[in-house]
Amino acid sequence: MSLSQHSITALRDLLRSGAITSTDIIDDLLAQTSAREGEVGAFLSLDADRIRAAAAKADLSLPLGGIPIAIKDNINALDEPCTCGSKFLAENYRSPYDAGVIKQLRAAGAILFGRTNMDEFAMGSATENSALQTTNNPAAPGHIPGGSSGGSAAAVAARFVPAALGSDTGGSIRQPASHCGVVGLKPSYGRVSRYGLVAFASSLDQIGPMTRTVEDAALLLQTIAGHDPLDSTSLPVAVDDYLSGLKQGVKGLRIGIPKEYFAEGLDPAVKAATMAAVARLEAQGATAVEISLPHTEYAVATYYIIAPAEASSNLSRFDGVRYGHRAAQPADILSLYQQSREEGFGAEVKRRILLGTYVLSSGYYDAYYNKAQKVRTLIRRDFEQAFQQVDAIVSPVAPSPARKIGECSNPLEDYLADVCTIPVNLAGLPAISVPLPVSGLPIGLQIITPHLQEAQLLRIAHAVELQ
Amino acid sequence: MDVRRIATLARLELSDAEVEHFTGQLDAILGHIEQLSTLDVSGIEPTAYPMPIAAPMRDDTPWQSLPQQALLQNAPDQAQQQVRVPKVVADA
Repeated sequence: MSLSQHSITALRDLLRSGAITSTDIIDDLLAQTSAREGEVGAFLSLDADRIRAAAAKADLSLPLGGIPIAIKDNINALDEPCTCGSKFLAENYRSPYDAGVIKQLRAAGAILFGRTNMDEFAMGSATENSALQTTNNPAAPGHIPGGSSGGSAAAVAARFVPAALGSDTGGSIRQPASHCGVVGLKPSYGRVSRYGLVAFASSLDQIGPMTRTVEDAALLLQTIAGHDPLDSTSLPVAVDDYLSGLKQGVKGLRIGIPKEYFAEGLDPAVKAATMAAVARLEAQGATAVEISLPHTEYAVATYYIIAPAEASSNLSRFDGVRYGHRAAQPADILSLYQQSREEGFGAEVKRRILLGTYVLSSGYYDAYYNKAQKVRTLIRRDFEQAFQQVDAIVSPVAPSPARKIGECSNPLEDYLADVCTIPVNLAGLPAISVPLPVSGLPIGLQIITPHLQEAQLLRIAHAVELQ
Repeated sequence: MDVRRIATLARLELSDAEVEHFTGQLDAILGHIEQLSTLDVSGIEPTAYPMPIAAPMRDDTPWQSLPQQALLQNAPDQAQQQVRVPKVVADA
């Protein structure tokens, strides 16, 4: 069997027993990639020579020694491209430093394997907003892989890599994981360093693992979690052991089913798969309880004020001066800014910058931004109150399985489909998408736990996965 | 939304076609966002971050920073070990 089929955990055992080398893994992954990448389009760049050189020097005594991991193309790794799926950074940008998570992966012995496609600056949920490439869903050709971490999800689903890193601002790890049939974990806000992640919305962004098994997600989170002095929003809190309690089961746990997440418009196949998973958790000794998160209906509106506001500020750094695209013949400095940004950014990025600039502009700040921050408090409180009754919340990830490529007629339609994932980012909670057993298009189950309770989250996910 | 005015604030040039295209789309999005106005939030504290984030202080001493050449390697135009841009000050 090709080594491309194996989990990280299985590869690690084989490496440590001396049965295989890291180079053997790379050979099989590159063979698998050459066979299917033309049809999938997961990678924006893949430097085989660099990967082989790193594998030849792999230190197998380290926790992820010799294990290849793909990286979303918005996480800086020294001397590698970091396009963010944008023409703005596609021409000649090379990262001058390693992101916090890249430093941790290198220290753990991992091999960086390719840079994955994404919606431009992580703005989108189909990877169709990539200015550079189309990505197909390997589990459902002709369908979107989801997004914005669509390239990472596709690379893992297509067996190009056992695992990848993604980033999640409103569902960008969980939704593509659900659509492609892989595991995707968004850690608690502050659990993983954002240093070197190109910022979209700083109060919402988190980096997390995308894998084929829950155990691998636990292993990868164990490696990347922790405080980083270079990210003042990363928490100086000890990292739990995510692996030792993984198989303890769900007996006695109270599982909340939020009625607002099962509203009109939910695809019957998604509802059926979700409720079947709940029934199986109950069969394993958990208790299901209907709960209410009453401000859910306001979450998308709140998000589409806060995220664009933060984005409009963060993306002001792309001005054509220090890096990235610069217009050819600007008459003066103002034209340099305006033309470089006009030429470098795609439509969705411009839309969100405009929206963010508008809600922060004089006369509108209180009505929009300040109001949204207060509603964010209400959404956060909904979860706090729910977690007084239950240990975890389960729900769909997306209201329907992956749509076909090119089928979205207006941006608002895609925005509204993020209703199950967005509240989690607003509240800063950890959540995971775990693939469910289905006969048609892939469907994931979302599990949400209180802040910093990733160990419990992974334990429930493991119980779902075993079924 | 006056898209042309906002585009100027955001330093986006935008073609006339883009202005027209975005106006309809952004008005639809603002129409959805408008639902927040029905919610009473008096007495509710705003949330900027999901949890309180301390502003840690460090000693005011030089610390790790990237070498000048590492940062200049990505500059679209440079001269004399600095980033070069068109003239910033207008002629008198």
